[in-house]
Amino acid sequence: MSAGGTLIEVSGLTQHFGRKGWFGGGRVVRAVSDVSFGIRKGEVVALVGESGSGKTTVGRSMLRLIDPTGGKVVYDGTDLAALPPAALRPWRRRMQYIFQDPYASLSQRMTVGEILTEGLAIQGIGTRDERMGKAARALDSVEMPRDALARYPHEFSGGQRQRLGIARALILEPEFIVADEPVSALDVSIQAQIVNLLRDLQERDGLTMMLISHDLSVVEFLADTVIVLYLGRIMEMGPVDAVYGAPAHPYTPALLSAVPSTAPGAKRTRTILKGDVPSPINPPSGCVFRTRCPVAMPACADTIPPDRAVGPGHRSACLRS
Amino acid sequence: MTAAAAARPVFRESPLGRALGRFFANRSAVVGLVVLLAMVGAILLAPPLLGLSPNAIDLLSLNKPPGARHWMGTDGVGRDVFARLLEGGRISLLVAVSAVAISLCIGFLMGALATFGGRVLDGAIMRLVDLAMTLPPIVLLLVLASITGPGIAPTIFVIALLSWPILARMVRARLLELRERDFVLASRNMGAGTWHLIWRHALPNTLDVLVVYATLQMANAVLLEAGLSFLGLGVPPPDASWGNMLNSARSVLVLEQFPWQWLTPGAALVITVMATNFVGDGLRDAFDPRSDIG
Repeated sequence: MSAGGTLIEVSGLTQHFGRKGWFGGGRVVRAVSDVSFGIRKGEVVALVGESGSGKTTVGRSMLRLIDPTGGKVVYDGTDLAALPPAALRPWRRRMQYIFQDPYASLSQRMTVGEILTEGLAIQGIGTRDERMGKAARALDSVEMPRDALARYPHEFSGGQRQRLGIARALILEPEFIVADEPVSALDVSIQAQIVNLLRDLQERDGLTMMLISHDLSVVEFLADTVIVLYLGRIMEMGPVDAVYGAPAHPYTPALLSAVPSTAPGAKRTRTILKGDVPSPINPPSGCVFRTRCPVAMPACADTIPPDRAVGPGHRSACLRS
Repeated sequence: MTAAAAARPVFRESPLGRALGRFFANRSAVVGLVVLLAMVGAILLAPPLLGLSPNAIDLLSLNKPPGARHWMGTDGVGRDVFARLLEGGRISLLVAVSAVAISLCIGFLMGALATFGGRVLDGAIMRLVDLAMTLPPIVLLLVLASITGPGIAPTIFVIALLSWPILARMVRARLLELRERDFVLASRNMGAGTWHLIWRHALPNTLDVLVVYATLQMANAVLLEAGLSFLGLGVPPPDASWGNMLNSARSVLVLEQFPWQWLTPGAALVITVMATNFVGDGLRDAFDPRSDIG
């Protein structure tokens, strides 16, 4: 896959939810803390991690669907996190979002044609007929029949709705797409179709993509680079081959060993972590992973591990690496 | 399922079409609708045919019981009760429809702006709503009415001003949930501004709330108008309205001796309110998303 210059540079992204009440109190959920990474043009970056690790929050903060508490999202030279909401509109068409739940992401009260052309209308692109023409071509590209334009979302199955969601994202001809668990709500048989469709479209248009997923086999198939999140912090990031082949952070093997093997009778060593993910309201001091880490040492409680290079483009935030 | 129903491509209908289908399957709602339509038809079409003016005084026939000339009798100054009933219905329904229309607009916009207009606007609007809802309605009504004075337009204004806060709350409650839905998020991500969100997403998704509120509030507004007119603050005489017809018939003499003077507007009021309530209930059931398949 072609990889050009840097398109997006995220630095120190922090997202805390909850506000201080008038009378003090108010608990703060530290969903994402100090996350930094870069995405090159045409690159597919995967964000992986368990539920509640902040994957979706990172994706939504990057597109300013939620206002970040801190940090920068520099997109093509402009810090999106600092723009006033009104100034964001021209940027919006360059970056789109594919949602996880194909049932919640399409309005029940609009026809497919209205849903697909909504973005064009908002952006003031083309006349009504031109927009409908674009919508028809968008349906072609996701392999849906054109007569879907006049129909309502409830007439379609989950997989078809996800295709519509993808068509809606692509119709604005974005260069960057955040795909938030694009297949996890679908049947296994449909998942493969959607994954292949995403891959084809990504290669056809040279899209830059951020794939949010907990399905590590999908990530291996689609992504160039993988970022492992735990409790809102980056544990490890690097090229998929390097991270999957030689994980540097003690959390990564545990995550990888949760992938079911397709080879019957294959010997697998499962790394099973003890306990549960700590609450993001009250995360552990120092390294957030230390409470479940098999190789934790006393120093882990005191310092937040800085990330260190462990290979070309491969970094790990562990005191031992 | 009959052959005709089976042949119809049910699942190709719009959500609105399906809701209407459910409405017309509801017998009491259809009866209510028929009664309302008949009443509106009579009010609009009958007076010219009747040939009697609602304000024509016939001193030779005071307090006449119902008969061939005066179908519902005459009142204390010899005016035809049936003609006044129709004229009163016209004014009562005009007041109710206009008041509900105005409060619908204010209530929806306030609710929508509270949801999509940011935290400060939300706080300001909701405190205003709280304030309006904590004041006893009768007192507020009387104060407002005494400021504006009697008349048709002031009555409309007073009723509208009194009833929008409840709707604003209902709309806001619905939209707070809607605002976090993925398709609204998608719309925002495509650059949608507040007004786009309000017209394209908030309005279609609160239509059921609005329709149900409108019908239920319609009954309420007819009653409020009657109450105001009964207290002498609504529609002033000699204009007829159901409320001031009831008002002019409140003496014990009228109550005991000339029941047609108060029974007829009272019955018209009760029938209208019941019919609109039936229609409102039917619409609420028809729009209930839980009865939605798919």
